[in-house]
Amino acid sequence: MVGSAAETAGATGTAVPRYDESPIIEVRDLSISYNQAPALRSVDLDIYRHEIFGIIGPANSGKTSFLRALNRMDAFNPAMDVQGSIRINGKDINDWRNEYALRSRIGVVFPLPVGLPLTVYENVAFSPRLRGIRKKAELDEVVERCLTRAALWDEVKDRLDSLGSLLSGGQQQRLTIARALAQEPELLLLDEFSIAVDPVTTMRIEDVLRELRSELTIVLVTNLVQQARRLADRTAFFLMGDLVEIGETEDLFEGKVKDERTTGYIEGRFG
Amino acid sequence: MFTATPLNRRSYRTQSLAKAAFFLMTVALVIPVLIILGTLVVKGGPAISWEFLFTPPTNNMTAGGILPALVGTIWLVVVALLASVPVGVAAALYLSEYAPDNLLTRVINLAIINLAGVPSIVHALFGFGAFVLFFDMGASILAASLTLAVMTLPVVIVATRESLQAVPQAFREACWNMGATRWQTIRKVVLPNSISGILTGVILEVSRTAGETAPIMFTGAAAYVAFLPQGVFDQTMAMSYHLYFIATQQTGVPEELTFGVALVLISIVLAMNAVSIGFRAYLRGLKKW
Repeated sequence: MVGSAAETAGATGTAVPRYDESPIIEVRDLSISYNQAPALRSVDLDIYRHEIFGIIGPANSGKTSFLRALNRMDAFNPAMDVQGSIRINGKDINDWRNEYALRSRIGVVFPLPVGLPLTVYENVAFSPRLRGIRKKAELDEVVERCLTRAALWDEVKDRLDSLGSLLSGGQQQRLTIARALAQEPELLLLDEFSIAVDPVTTMRIEDVLRELRSELTIVLVTNLVQQARRLADRTAFFLMGDLVEIGETEDLFEGKVKDERTTGYIEGRFG
Repeated sequence: MFTATPLNRRSYRTQSLAKAAFFLMTVALVIPVLIILGTLVVKGGPAISWEFLFTPPTNNMTAGGILPALVGTIWLVVVALLASVPVGVAAALYLSEYAPDNLLTRVINLAIINLAGVPSIVHALFGFGAFVLFFDMGASILAASLTLAVMTLPVVIVATRESLQAVPQAFREACWNMGATRWQTIRKVVLPNSISGILTGVILEVSRTAGETAPIMFTGAAAYVAFLPQGVFDQTMAMSYHLYFIATQQTGVPEELTFGVALVLISIVLAMNAVSIGFRAYLRGLKKW
């Protein structure tokens, strides 16, 4: 029965793999703690190239800590301790002596938007300039493309010279997304990117994320389980620092779970 | 329903009293400033003229102008700034942006606070021993300025570090996350947004440097030098020391002259402050978050 359903789906094209099954990120025995208080315990998982990997779970379950570890942001916080190994493109991230080069390949968006106290234009041109792009025309092109993708271009195209830090919260959030895209990252880490963004704009950004999947890999932490359902190819469920469940998003939402707590969370019975 | 209870009324009265008391204290703060400035202007004002500013003293400093002292003070301040601002700002950048929070940095911070508390006469003796004698600079502008620089260094460091730390950490993390190095982050985001605070530290330093007497007494200031300084190895007259000398060590100096020197000295400090404050306001108007 199950087999025939899959064959039917295959015939209509929906079961064609939406991502390469070669891992871009391999996480092994990852534990994170803050001043000895554990935030994440012994997580093993792979994230595949060109997939959107969703992470759901209630507050304080280690989702954000996981993202921070991928970018070696533990270096910013002396209290944060990361054990275990994370390999990106087969290379342990701690083997990057130049952590700046590693971070420049990873775009990050956090829930509290940070518009740098630079103009809107310079916010987006920041990382292209770090890459050594100097030509005005080239920068103009990157800025427009990234702002358009972040669904912000129409609102700011006439005031690219005003301060990014003076935009509204939702606009700053999209500015942050545009800035991350301007890095032309191989990997995009999104943590609650839509928290300050209205639903219509959120949908526009989600469309862009689906398109981007052909170019890069996205790790999406979200509190909105429906957002994970809409976007993620596979989804992991974190709870109190444990990886409870990981699987195809559709399976999780259709109740094909190994652990009842996953269904409980998805259906809103706790969290 | 909407009437003030006795408790409301009592709170209101207390608040009015508190406000009045704070206002009086603020006024009390301004009064000495007005009295000092007023006295200087009334008593010293008549002495001020182009001739006073641009001629050397005559008749054992009981007449004539103050040109060598004026020029000497400018030399001392500029050389002291050249020595202390780069060192102070660099040290503050290291402590704020690079240094890990460990025992060593805490000891350094403690040392800075202690350095700020050292009396100026002790700095003077240190400068005499270290720069004049040990480094064999002799009594010179260089030795005096370096002594002033050591004395004002903690002010520059603390003011710079505080204005650096006023830049939100989120800005730094946003830059680092894009792959910017610490230095790129400092140059593009941190410094442009803290420069006005750093200038405040420099202002404080200029004021203090121009006015200090003790640190330069043994290290480079002279009661009377007939010529203007030609370089950093010359001895020089200075406004503050000149004022001290004609007010306490010399007899027969007209009161008008003494007050005139004081008025010029305070005007230099106020003018420097005004320029820096204007510059700060301009920088602040340019941007920020």
